[in-house]
Amino acid sequence: MFRRLDEAGKKVRFTYDDQDIEAIENENLAAALLIAGKTSLRVNPVSKQPRAPYCMMGACFECLVEIDGISRQACMVQVSEGLVVNSILDIGGNEDV
Amino acid sequence: MESEYAIVGGGIVGLSLAYGLLDLGKRVIIFDEGDLAFRASRGNFGLVWVQGKGLKQPAYARWSRGSAALWGDYAAELEEATGQSLALQQDGGYGYHLTDEALEQEIKDYTWLKEQLGGNYPFEALRPNELRREEPNVGTDIAGAVYHPEDGHVNSLRLFQALASEVRRKGARFVPKVTVTNVVQQPDGFQLTYGKSNHHLSQKVILSAGLGAMTLGPLLGFKAPIRPQRGQVMITEKLPKLMNRPSDTLRQVDEGGVQIGASAEEVGLDDRETPGALAKLAKDAIRVYPALANVKTVRSWSALRIMSPDGLPIYQESLTCPGAFLVTCHSGITLSAAHARLLPQWMEGQANAPDLTPFSEDRFDV
Repeated sequence: MFRRLDEAGKKVRFTYDDQDIEAIENENLAAALLIAGKTSLRVNPVSKQPRAPYCMMGACFECLVEIDGISRQACMVQVSEGLVVNSILDIGGNEDV
Repeated sequence: MESEYAIVGGGIVGLSLAYGLLDLGKRVIIFDEGDLAFRASRGNFGLVWVQGKGLKQPAYARWSRGSAALWGDYAAELEEATGQSLALQQDGGYGYHLTDEALEQEIKDYTWLKEQLGGNYPFEALRPNELRREEPNVGTDIAGAVYHPEDGHVNSLRLFQALASEVRRKGARFVPKVTVTNVVQQPDGFQLTYGKSNHHLSQKVILSAGLGAMTLGPLLGFKAPIRPQRGQVMITEKLPKLMNRPSDTLRQVDEGGVQIGASAEEVGLDDRETPGALAKLAKDAIRVYPALANVKTVRSWSALRIMSPDGLPIYQESLTCPGAFLVTCHSGITLSAAHARLLPQWMEGQANAPDLTPFSEDRFDV
């Protein structure tokens, strides 16, 4: 569905929920995930609807992922070799809102 | 006469009054400056809150409790009329305390208040273990909380929206985006000047203009001794359920975000945000709910409270211009139900009106 406009650059590998993904170094992480077919990155904790990167510029917070135990906007992160990315963490809440 | 009541200020206070007056069959016009005004109605924290109110003035505790008790029916009426949920939750709330000294002092203050109210004031002190039975995600580094069963919260933006549409539906005239620059009492009523020298004549006039009353109040013989107090607030990304009940500093809103507030700064008419105040709020919030350390805030904002010298509302009919009313408070959400259901009776001089003498301007006489 999504494809790169430009394939130039150093190839690196990162993981998303333990799956190995190839990308271009310093590529936008949200873009790299979309290209890899990960079109929904999280579920809204209230409505339970699947959510996807939307604004790609740090405003909508729909592309949140977990990196190093912290919730981050994928569209504001650049891909680097060995980056470990997981779908959004459960921060300790246990029931539906 | 063009209207029976001209309301200056279409925020939540003014709209609540309009709603109640329309129920009494009054002809109402509302002048509103719009979002360019300092808008406490958009910046508030969204609590329907009893705790902390009237710790030095039991009449204010009674008034706030009265409004909280009216809220359920009031919200249900607005929800039915608009088909929109206001997400009102009233099953208690907390005042968290980080140190034992602060908690003990608070318990003393509430014990005094309870005595003043003849024992009729429910509250409980929750030590860490009791607190964690209610709120399993609370951190270990706090002293405890005061729990008040009548506290709660609401989606205050939807309240604003519901009131704005309901007063129109009930027949109020709403004049948006105009500033009222002068009000003069004439033999046949009050003449308001607004916009580019437009005039409107009304039998009575209500000043519910928030900080605008600082300049308009004296024109009608009010002291209007109010000042702005800045509060900064932030909200996190939407989260799974982290807390069961709100507190005066932290609440999880119905859309999932955790709202963190609020600073109290004496900085005049300055509603900018400052990183230092927001960082302090975040640090204290993480101490109460450690899980917040790993989540993102998505937005922060700042608004100006409308504070009287003693923090209580001011309800005053002008002594020099009878028929002019000043209504101002810093708790427009909590008091919205009382303002809609009880203040119109006072303005109409009805026998069933509440006794508002504790909230008159006389109390500032020295």
